[in-house]
Amino acid sequence: MSPELVRLLVQATLDTLQMVAVAAGLGTLIGLPLGVFLATSGRGELLAAPWLNRVLGLVVNATRSTPFIILVVAIIPFTRAIAGTSIGTTAATVPLTVAAIPFIARLVEGAVRDVDGGLVEAARAFGASPLQIVVKVLIPEALPGIVLGLTLAVVSLIGFSAMVGAVGGGGLGDLGIRYGYQRFMPEMMLAVVVVLIVLVQLVQTLGDRLARRMNKRLRHG
Amino acid sequence: MTAPVRAPATTAPGDRRDALVRIENVAKTYTARRGAGAVTALEDIDLAVARGRVLGVIGRSGAGKSTLIRLVNGLERPSRGRVVVDGAEISSLPESALRRERRGIGMIFQHFNLLSARTAAGNVALPLEVAGADRAAIARRVAELLDLVGLGAQADRYPAELSGGQKQRVGIARALATNPKVLLSDEATSALDPETTRSILDLLGRINRELGLTILLITHEMAVIRAIADEVAVLDGGRIAESGDVFEVFTRPRAAITRTFLDEETGRTLPPALAARLTPGPAIPGEGRQAVLRITFRGPHATDPVLAQLTREAGIPAGILSGTVDEIAGRPFGTLVVGIPPDAGTVERATGFLAARGLDVELLGTLDLAGWQRSAVPADLSPVVSRIVSHVA
Repeated sequence: MSPELVRLLVQATLDTLQMVAVAAGLGTLIGLPLGVFLATSGRGELLAAPWLNRVLGLVVNATRSTPFIILVVAIIPFTRAIAGTSIGTTAATVPLTVAAIPFIARLVEGAVRDVDGGLVEAARAFGASPLQIVVKVLIPEALPGIVLGLTLAVVSLIGFSAMVGAVGGGGLGDLGIRYGYQRFMPEMMLAVVVVLIVLVQLVQTLGDRLARRMNKRLRHG
Repeated sequence: MTAPVRAPATTAPGDRRDALVRIENVAKTYTARRGAGAVTALEDIDLAVARGRVLGVIGRSGAGKSTLIRLVNGLERPSRGRVVVDGAEISSLPESALRRERRGIGMIFQHFNLLSARTAAGNVALPLEVAGADRAAIARRVAELLDLVGLGAQADRYPAELSGGQKQRVGIARALATNPKVLLSDEATSALDPETTRSILDLLGRINRELGLTILLITHEMAVIRAIADEVAVLDGGRIAESGDVFEVFTRPRAAITRTFLDEETGRTLPPALAARLTPGPAIPGEGRQAVLRITFRGPHATDPVLAQLTREAGIPAGILSGTVDEIAGRPFGTLVVGIPPDAGTVERATGFLAARGLDVELLGTLDLAGWQRSAVPADLSPVVSRIVSHVA
C-alpha cells in the first residue's frame, strides 16, 4: 500500500474513533439516566411514574426497531439542523448518537433490574431517599453490568459507523466502500476489515477486564 | 456467659400503654391485580414491645410474619389500624418524615442484603452517609461498630469474602449505625447453620442487654425464640393465635399451632417408631400396652427425680420413652414422655401424684407394643427404651 493510502487509512480510523467516541459519550450521558429511569419508574417502583415510563418505553422501542440505515436517512433534516450538513464525519455522529441512546438505555435498564431487590429494601429500611438509593445502591451495584453493556454498545457503534460510510459519512466504512469496493482495491478492503477487527477486540477486552475488576461478587475480586 | 433470669411479664403483649412499639388493631389486605377478591395477610393484630425487651413472632411461611415486621418501619402500610414506634405514628407518616423515623429503626435480613460493591466498612458506613454524617464521624462510628460485632479485622473485606455469619454481623453493625431504638430481625438466622445461628443470637442478646436495644424478630424456628425472646406471639393464618411470656406460652401452650411448634423439638414427642404405635385418647388396658404420659417440668422442678419417686413412693413402674431438659428464656424446662401400666386406676394415681408435685401431666394415649420386637421387649420397658433414647439423642 502506498504512503498515501496508509495516510487515508489512518485518517479514516481516527474519524471512526471520533464518531464512535462522541456517539458513545453522548449516548451514555443521556442513555444512562434514561435506562436507570426506565428500570425504576414502573408501577409501584422506586420512582413510580408509570405513564412517563410507558411513553419513554415506546419511544425507545420505536427507535430501536428502526433499521439503522433507514434511521440515518429518515432523520436527515434533524441531522442538518444540528450539524449544519448531512454528509461527513460530524453529520454522521448525529444518527449514531440517536441510535446509541435507546440502545444504551435498554442495556442499562437490564443491568439495574438485575440488582437484588433486597438491597433496595435494606436501603429504604435505613432511611435512604429514592435518589440516594439510585446513586448509592443501584448504580454502584449495577456498574459491572453497565460496563459490559457499554462495551457491547461501543462494539455495535463501530459497526454502525461503517454503515454511515454508505451515505457519505466518513471513517473506515466510507474508505472501504469507496476504495475497496468502488475502486476495486482488495488490499484496502482487507486493511479496513483488519483495523475494524482489531478495534472491536481491543474494546471488548478492555470492557471485560474493567467489568471483572469492578465485580466484587466473585471471591478473587 | 450466663443470661440473667428474666422476670416474667405480668401482662400479655398488646396491653402496654408505655410500649416502644405498638401495633394496634392492624389488618393488611392486598387487592388482587385482576379478578375479584382481596388477599388478607393480617387480621386483628395487637402487639406491643416494651422498651428493652425482645419480642419474637413465630409462624410458618405464609403466616404473615414478613408483612407484620415491615409494618413497623413503614415498608408496608396497614389497611386498618395504627403502628406507633416511640410516639411516632409510622402508619400515617408521609414518606419523607418516615425516612427520618426509619433511622431510629434498624433492620436485619435473612439474606443479609449487603452491597456487593462495598467493603464491610463501606456497608456499615452507608446509613451514616445517607443520614449526612461527616467523614470523620463516619470513620469513627464504623470502626466502633465493627469492633462491637467482632469484625474489626475484616473491615476491608468485600461481602463475597465473608462467611454467612460474618455477613450477618456486618448487617447487624449496619442496622445499629444510626443508633436505633428498635431492631427488626427478619429471619436473620434462617440462612445460617445451627452453630452460626447460636453465635448470632448470642450477639443479638448481648446487644439487647448492653445497649438496651428493643428487638422485634420474626422466625419459623423455635430455637430462636427460646434462645433470645422474652415474649412470643404465635402467628397463624394472619392472626395471633397466642401471645405472652415465652416461658408461659411454651410450657403451657393453649393454641394447637403452638403445640405443633413445640412438638418439632426432639424429646417432646415419641420417636417415630413408637409414635406409629400410639392410639391417642384415654388409656386402653391390655397385654403389651403402655399408657403414655407427657410430664412437663417447669422452673425449680426441672431436675426433680420424679421417676424414682413415682416408682418408690407410688409403686408405679415407669419407663422413659423420650425426654429433654432445656431452658426457655433462661428458665429451666424439661419434658419426659413415660410409659406406665395402662389400667385406669394406675393412670389416675400417677397423674395425681405428679400433679401434686407441681408438674404438668398430659395423657398422650396408649402405646401398643404387642408384636413389636417381642423378643426385645421385656415386661419392664426401661432397658430397650433407654437404648431408644440414646439413639434419638
